[in-house]
Amino acid sequence: MDFLKDFWAFVTNQKKWWLVPIILALIVFGLLITFAENSAVATFIYPLF
Amino acid sequence: MKILGISAYYHDSAAALIEDGKIIAAAQEERFTRLKNDSQFPENAIKYCINEACIKLSDLDAIVFYDKPFLKFERLLDTYFDNAPKGLISFITAMPIWLKEKLFLKTTLKKSLTEIDHNINWKKTELLFSKHHLSHAASAFFATNFDDAAILTIDGVGEWATTSIAVGNKNNIATLVEQHYPDSVGLLYSAFTYFLGFEVNSGEYKVMGLAPYAMPEDELVQLYMNKITSEIVTIFDDGSIKLNKNYFKYSTSLKMIDEKKFEKLFGLKTRKKTDNLSFQHCALAQALQQVLEEIMLNLLQKAKELTKSKTLCMAGGVALNCVANGKIKESGLFENVYIQPAAGDAGGALGAALAAYYLHFKKERIYTNEFDLMQNSKLGPSYNSLEIKRAIENSKLNFLAFNYQELIAKSAELLNQGKIIGWFQGRAEFGPRALGSRSILANPLLNNTQSDLNLKVKKRESFRPFAPIMLEYEFEKFYSQTYSSPYMLFVHKIRPEFRHEFKQETEFDLIKTINQKRSVLPAITHIDYTSRIQTVNETNDKKLFDLLNEFKKQTNYGILVNTSFNINNEPIVCSPQDAINCFLKTEIDCLVLDNYLITK
Repeated sequence: MDFLKDFWAFVTNQKKWWLVPIILALIVFGLLITFAENSAVATFIYPLF
Repeated sequence: MKILGISAYYHDSAAALIEDGKIIAAAQEERFTRLKNDSQFPENAIKYCINEACIKLSDLDAIVFYDKPFLKFERLLDTYFDNAPKGLISFITAMPIWLKEKLFLKTTLKKSLTEIDHNINWKKTELLFSKHHLSHAASAFFATNFDDAAILTIDGVGEWATTSIAVGNKNNIATLVEQHYPDSVGLLYSAFTYFLGFEVNSGEYKVMGLAPYAMPEDELVQLYMNKITSEIVTIFDDGSIKLNKNYFKYSTSLKMIDEKKFEKLFGLKTRKKTDNLSFQHCALAQALQQVLEEIMLNLLQKAKELTKSKTLCMAGGVALNCVANGKIKESGLFENVYIQPAAGDAGGALGAALAAYYLHFKKERIYTNEFDLMQNSKLGPSYNSLEIKRAIENSKLNFLAFNYQELIAKSAELLNQGKIIGWFQGRAEFGPRALGSRSILANPLLNNTQSDLNLKVKKRESFRPFAPIMLEYEFEKFYSQTYSSPYMLFVHKIRPEFRHEFKQETEFDLIKTINQKRSVLPAITHIDYTSRIQTVNETNDKKLFDLLNEFKKQTNYGILVNTSFNINNEPIVCSPQDAINCFLKTEIDCLVLDNYLITK
């Protein structure tokens, strides 16, 4: 939560809106990889890719 | 108000503690972990700082990190998108580290700090982030007693800025202009450091030491200068530069340069670490030095024009180029020139703390009656007599305990006899230089001192010069200078009456050239008659002052060789045990720990 709050403050303060979709995509992709490696969600992820 | 500054995770991590604007302690992590340029979270340095102040982490009002990770990440992404699809491999390598660790630096820092003190309350203790170049600027300006100054910071890269000109006024710093990545004077210098076979981020000063083996007016140096300025970097009158990105790879890969293009341009192979050094290498180093000085003088003219100040403060890794610093001093462009002794990233920890104190908390500026607020940069750990004696006894080495006067007389006598002494006294230095607390001292009058020190003690390249430590009141007599130079940051030429004529060899032979006696002080006079001088007076180091005076009584010269107490690729010694270990590993003749004299 701390990270999201600080990131939002940074984006609004510096007006770096272009970073929002990129960071979100990178984090979602990162999370997917982590889940795909380690959890039961893997079964649902593999058919998608 | 107590503030802790931290620099970490890139290179040379450090911590610094200030209390009501006064610097209490500062230390680099490498001194404790014994890993050169250690970049890990500086746990030991932090623990040392809070112990020195007799406080706990939870007593702090703020903890400040020396740069802004989000801005750095934005620069990284921006650069990758600009260069895509080039840099894909580097992108894939870098992203996991960023997404896993570096982007969540605040959480990581809080976790590591909480491990040191579980009682830390993050509502009471603020965790702040200062811009990288602002940290450098604050480390220089707020460490002085000057009310206003032009501030120049130059390094490889911070977040976006690679160079900045700012103005300091009382408790405020305002940035006026910045040069942004990828155009960087520091990275330009590092690129050539790599091409010349030295390690990036630590071998830059070797390039500086190599340069004088070629003269600026040599034909080859002129040719290389033309090549650099016409092909690699465009220099503008306002001090800004534009790098030709075709020659560089640091934006898109883990390499600094396009080796093939460099090799074609200079007609030289990229030097391997173990390859011999030729005149071409020296000429290229000299050409680079000339280009650097041109850029720096342009920047200073711009800084003068923008600020109209009589004083210049400098920090950032490039501010450790003492040859350029000497020229800046001699140019007379600024009446006062102050360079932060810990000008590299370690000093960023101190700057971040000072920036928070004055710029965030808006506190009144404090001043001292001394040279500056750095306490001669002796901000590191000290050890009491009992701890020292215990370390000596455990080592089973022969030792003698002297009183103060006896120790001074005996040490001067040993130095006069040509002995090399490890000198360990009081608090350790903060920053890259040994300034008389953790130093190796030797006789500068002897011909063999330089090679003995390089090969038997320091175990490093023979071309590298040694620096003198001298009585301040003799600075004018030998170097025509009258200011205080306590941090060994300026290079000047020895006066002509002390020089020896130089026999130019028809064929370049580095070893023969090194062995030529250049002055009455051969061990500390570089090939071009220059020295990187540290001056000592009665107030900045009484013991060294007395030692130099005693040496003068015996030899007529109040000058000694002063080099850092370490061997190549090891950090400077910190504890008495480190000093004993280094003493045993090398051919240092005697070790003076506090008032104990140890022999082998």
